[in-house]
Order: sequence, then structure tokens, then C-alpha cells
Amino acid sequence: MRGVLAGLLGLAVLVALFGSHLAPHDPAAQDLALGVAGPSAAHWLGTDDLGRDVLSRLLAGAGSALLWPVLVAVGTTTLSTSLGLLAGYRLGWIDAIMMRTVDLAIAMPGMLVLIVLVGVLGGGYGWSVLAMAVLFTPGDIRVIRSLTLAQRELAYAEAARTLGLPPRRVMFRHLLPNLAPTVVSNALLSFVAALVSLAGLSFLGIGLPAGTPDWGLMVEENRDLLDLNPWASVAPVVLITLVATSATLLGDRLFDTLSKGGAR
Amino acid sequence: MAVLSLVARRLAAALVLLGALSVITYGLLVASPGGPEQVLLGTRPSTPETRAAIRAEYHLDDPFPLRYAHWLGDAVHGDFGVSIYSREPVTDVIADRLPVTAGLAGYALLITFAVGVPVGLVAAMGRGGLLDQGITLGSLVLLAVPPFAMSILLLYGFAVALGWFPVFGAGDTFMERVTHLTLPAVALAAAQAAMVVRQMRAAALDLAGQDFLTFARARGLPRTRVWIGYALRNAALPVLTVGGLLLAANLTGALFVEQAFGLHGLGALLIAAVSQKDIPVVQALVLFGGAIVVAVNLLIDLAYLVVDPRVRHGAVAL
Repeated sequence: MRGVLAGLLGLAVLVALFGSHLAPHDPAAQDLALGVAGPSAAHWLGTDDLGRDVLSRLLAGAGSALLWPVLVAVGTTTLSTSLGLLAGYRLGWIDAIMMRTVDLAIAMPGMLVLIVLVGVLGGGYGWSVLAMAVLFTPGDIRVIRSLTLAQRELAYAEAARTLGLPPRRVMFRHLLPNLAPTVVSNALLSFVAALVSLAGLSFLGIGLPAGTPDWGLMVEENRDLLDLNPWASVAPVVLITLVATSATLLGDRLFDTLSKGGAR
Repeated sequence: MAVLSLVARRLAAALVLLGALSVITYGLLVASPGGPEQVLLGTRPSTPETRAAIRAEYHLDDPFPLRYAHWLGDAVHGDFGVSIYSREPVTDVIADRLPVTAGLAGYALLITFAVGVPVGLVAAMGRGGLLDQGITLGSLVLLAVPPFAMSILLLYGFAVALGWFPVFGAGDTFMERVTHLTLPAVALAAAQAAMVVRQMRAAALDLAGQDFLTFARARGLPRTRVWIGYALRNAALPVLTVGGLLLAANLTGALFVEQAFGLHGLGALLIAAVSQKDIPVVQALVLFGGAIVVAVNLLIDLAYLVVDPRVRHGAVAL
């Protein structure tokens, strides 16, 4: 099971990196004479209403659909892990200020704020990614902090303190490895959330110019073609769902294995 | 006493949240490309007179805090100004769209609990069995499927390929409305129901081994009393906690589902307003959404007080 999931995600990484080179047609090339058509030998997933090859557009869009969320996941996880460790280990006013801010941020209707900010202030992937990292971080900070609170009281942490190790070393060399299962599964969950939110934003037509080969945008633009060439809209949906589900399931499995093997 | 201070703390937190949201939403007008004057002018001709009228009407020459206070004062009284796009009062525009979204959300909530609670219980009863494993895996998968993806799949499967349901619109009569809203409601409910299933299963498993249930049965209490007074009451707590998450999922999910099914509800209104830079409508909708989140979370806290005597007496921190 885990092999299948990891294989699927590995395939996704390959497609994300080399997708635009694999595309059999130019993703932007229109063939108005052909128009919307179902799958054929020349166009495996058919064409959209402008006669553009659906498979090529999917491959060309894979990079932005998958790599930006990786960026969000890396940013969110790094930020939330360091801040959560700091708050949970140092306590005091740092913790108090951070937790009040986190409480406020978690209570915000995040997606609503994201849509409105990116929609009104104008777009591109950059802003969405930055806004997502800011919105996803507070929840993870809270999780890491509560785990740190439990870990800092354990014997090994106390021993490290007694040895006179500086707080930074205790936090990152001693506590962090024990939080690894949560950090890894947080990263995968952030990736999924970013993937789904990014696709969702472009599905709503927010932040991207029309015509960009983007999975979410393809779902929306080809929604009216469901009866003529369903693949144009269903294929990106299937891809998004497949990647999101495998990453979620893999995170679930990894968490179980890591916390069984790594628990000391 | 503990109850009063808890409620007071929660109310204060709610006010802070709404305050922060209102600053963000008001800031939108200032930060939007072209500046407030251009945005509020909309498609009207830009002459010195119209510009002067706009500046006077929206107090644009006052300093920011004063402008904000003016706007907030009106907003608290339910006056969000006039939609730039349709020139109608914002509150009328919202009231016009509310029924579709409320119907969709209510229908989805009904499906969520009608399916989620029994399925979660069934999974817990057959713990570790094939059915349980299937349900657990299924709910994990459903959680990962975003509402817009679910909408497209349902739309293609049941409306286009099978033709069982209408593809577009919200219908006129009550029965039409129910058939039109069924697929959107299922799309919205799927992930939420999965959340309830997982929560219900965990709560039921947790309860099964509790001493107080064995003791209650041993004392010869009637079965209904054991289940309703003891088991259900304890199972209600974690499910209540999910309530807030469900609401957030519902609010944002509705945006996508309405877009996918072409329903003219509040979500579609927000998307249209965002792309038309109709800032007064956007501001009102964001604050409306925030107010709903805050109100429901307050209600959930109060429900905790009713259900759990430990919280009531301040023995457990909430």
C-alpha cells in the first residue's frame, strides 16, 4: 500500500519537473477547426473548445500545480516547527503573545480571507502562496507547541538541560527528532491543503489570467463541455484528487510507522 | 461565577476577532488597485463633480481612523452602502441571495449528520472488521477530496452521464428546489460527513471501555438512562468540537459548490463581487461570514456548558 502511494507521488514529482517536455503538442496551440473533441489517437484526452490538446495542457500545468504547494509545505513546516518549539520550550511572554495571535488567526475564516485578499489585490501564484503559508502556519504552531510542552518535561530533556546545553541545542537536536512523526505528517497535510486551495482559487477564476494551463482553471473553463468531452474537466479533477488522497494516506501511514518505531 | 467569566472571556475574544476582520476588510478598499476613489466610482464617468461627490459621501478626505470609525458605525447599524455594480443597497443584494445558500447549507448539514452519525457508530461496533476498515479508509479518502472536485465528479456522473438530476440552477417550486439542490448538498456534505464519521467512531470506541458505563449498568439503571444520560452525553463533547470545523468547511465549501453548479447564492455573489472589485459587497460578506463563525462558536461554547457539568463548575479549562 505504501509502495503504491509513494510510487504515485514519485510519478507526480517526475511529471511536475519534466511535464512540459513530455507534452505531445504545444499546450497553447489552438485548432479551431477541430474544436472540442473526445479522445483520439492524436489527442489521448481529447481537446477543449479552442481545440487545445487536454493532455498537453495537463502536463504543462503539472509544474505549477505541484511545485508551489511544495513551497507552501516547506515554508509552513519550517516556520511552524521553529515557532512552536520556541513557544513551547521558552514559555513566558513569547508563548503568551504567540498563542493569543495564533488563537485569533485560527478563528479567522481563512479561505474567505485568502479569496478576498488574492482576488482584490490581484494575482499570480506568488501572492496566493505567501497568503497560504501565513494562513496555514498558526494551526501547526499550536500542535507543535503542545507536543513540545509534553516533551520538555521528560527525563531526556531534563538531562540535556542539566548538562548545560544551550536552549537552541536542546530544542533542535533533542526535542525536534522526537516530534518528527508530527512534523512529517504536518508537512504532507500542508502540501495537500495548499494543492487543494491553489486549485480551488484558480477554479474560482481568482488570481490567474484566463488561458493559463492550470489544473484548477481547466476544471472551471471546461465545465460546460462535460457532455462533449468530459475528460477536459474530469481529468484534472482526477489528478488533483489522486495526488491529494495519496499524500493524505501516505502522511497517515508515515505518522503511524514513525511514531511506533521512533517512540523512545 | 466560573460560568460568567468564561462567557465574558469568550465574548471579548469574539469582539477582538470581528474587530480584526473589520480592519482587514476596510483596509481592502484602501489597498485595492487604483485607490478607494476609483473603486467607489466604478463605471460612472470620472468628472471632477462625481469625484468630489464620492469623496464627500465616503468621507475620503478624513484621516484613516476617522473614516474607518464612520464606516464601522454604519456597518454596525446594518448599512454597508450601495453595491458599485448593481447600485442597490448591499443588504438587499445579500438578502436576495441568502435563501439559496441557507438551503444548501442546511440540506448539507442534514445529510452530514443523518449519514455521519450512524455510519460512525456502525464502524465502531464492528471494530477492526472489514466493514470498519472500509469505512475508515473511505472517510480518509473523502476528507482529501475537495468540494469542487466532488462537485464535478457528481455533476458528470449523475447529471450528465446518468441524467438523474438537473445540471444547472436552483429550481422554482419546493420540490424542484430539493432535486436541484441534492447533488450540490451531497458534494458539500461528503467531506463533512467523513469528519463526523471519524469523530463518532472515536467517541464510541472511547466510551465502550469506560468504567462509569459498566457501573451504571451494574447499578441496574434503565437502558435508556444509561445510553442517553451517560453515553450520549459524553459522546456529544467531541462531536460538538467538530461543529466549528464543520461550519468553516461549510462556509468555504459552499463557495466552490455554488460555482460548480451555477447556483446564485452568497458564494457566487462573493466571487462575482471580488472579480468586479465591488468592495462594499465584499466587505459586507466577509463580515457576515465572520459574524456567523463567531456566533456559532459562541453557541458551541454555551452548549459545552449545558452538556458538561465539569466545564460549568470551572473544573476543566475550555
